[in-house]
Amino acid sequence: MVADSPVNAPMSKPGPPLWLLLELTYRCPLHCAFCYNPTDFARTGAELATDDWIRVLREARALGAVQLGLSGGEPLARDDLEPIVAEAHRLGFYTNLITSGVGLNEKRLEALKKSGLDHIQLSFQDSTRQMNDFLSSTRTFDLKSKVAALIKQYDYPMVLNVVLHRLNIDHVEEILEMALRLGADYVELANTQYYGWAWHNREQLLPSRDQVERAERIMQRFRERVGRKMQIYFVVPDYFERRPKACMNGLGSIFLTITPDGTALPCHAARMLPGLEFPNVKSAGIEQIWYGSTGFNHFRGDAWMKEPCRSCPEKTRDFGGCRCQAYLLTGDAANADPVCDLSPHHHLVTEAVARAERPAPAAAAPAPVERPLVFRSERNSSTLFVK
Amino acid sequence: MSEPAIGTLSRPAVERGFRLQWEPAQNAHVLLYPEGMIKLNGSAGEILKRCDGAATIADITSDLERAFAATNLSGDVIRFVTMAVEKKWLRIVP
Repeated sequence: MVADSPVNAPMSKPGPPLWLLLELTYRCPLHCAFCYNPTDFARTGAELATDDWIRVLREARALGAVQLGLSGGEPLARDDLEPIVAEAHRLGFYTNLITSGVGLNEKRLEALKKSGLDHIQLSFQDSTRQMNDFLSSTRTFDLKSKVAALIKQYDYPMVLNVVLHRLNIDHVEEILEMALRLGADYVELANTQYYGWAWHNREQLLPSRDQVERAERIMQRFRERVGRKMQIYFVVPDYFERRPKACMNGLGSIFLTITPDGTALPCHAARMLPGLEFPNVKSAGIEQIWYGSTGFNHFRGDAWMKEPCRSCPEKTRDFGGCRCQAYLLTGDAANADPVCDLSPHHHLVTEAVARAERPAPAAAAPAPVERPLVFRSERNSSTLFVK
Repeated sequence: MSEPAIGTLSRPAVERGFRLQWEPAQNAHVLLYPEGMIKLNGSAGEILKRCDGAATIADITSDLERAFAATNLSGDVIRFVTMAVEKKWLRIVP
């Protein structure tokens, strides 16, 4: 929802990194097949120490950062989450915990509340125990339902995030009913974005156009029915669009991610982009990283653009789309995002969508799939992706 | 969906989950909310910082008129508060 921010710094003089995302750890009790974390996360170096994270917070805040996302992996896997939140709060960040809820018991929630945590976003994989547990390769549904109640009890707005894809998108109505039952204030139906594990599993996760359109109709009807009581955001799946998303509001514009080992990135997936320097916060300050490294400067402005973006009047609106998607699909991060129907590579997207037109899986019966989903796990990462 | 009409006796407060603060880096008040930020212009910031759930719109208006040596701000304040309630930045305290 970064795009909601009406802040649009002029590209010639970059504004501050308003949005800081700390991926505190890649450890995670879930093994979601649609995770955007890099598939080779098992090779990531040692996690930063508490003091390093605190220093990152201070330096970023001094530059003008205001929004803080605490994510991962599962951020609750860090036992220093509470002091990190406390320092962030003291510095004036708006603190968001992005969690699966696993590990969030009453003791920790009370401590987080006392530390000044502003907001919690709880992820659900589906409305049914069977699908939730299958897609995350765990047994967590009942636990998450308890955590949802706990979040309400501690007077946080109840914000549910459900990642949608081929195997659960037909359950949108049940998902929304569940959200209503849990007393959710906001529900984000986020269609899968194809990076990391999701990219690897794309053929099994990409829904058909019928599935997407049906889900959107159901969501609209639901929205009209419940009104303001529960706000529903539907993140449109960009593969079905004709124009790309304004990814990160342009790389190096507002968004700064720090990975568990301290690598600074202009978006959570950017480490894959070749030829760029992504400094580590252990050896460089945030100011130097943000204003002085190629990793953050290279895709600022439009000097890097190729045709058809370079001469396109829409380049100031969508910045050519997503650099990582351009790289993943075309092998060149400077190409137009192939989601755009002006891209000479647009067929790569439409062909993937056409392949998804095969019959949808029966509801609540994930198997059989054409080839097995590869779940995000330390073992799969080590054995399949770390070369 | 019956929202109470907003008038001079309504007491607005910043909605749960939102936070108003002064940002030196932007030389402006900002309203922070989950994963987003609204940079406020001068008058919006001045109105919002007075919305503490205790002051009525009449109190807020007279305070603003005093602070800025202005008159007849009531309509502007009510219009802004109505818009901000619609956007869920503010709620009316019962």
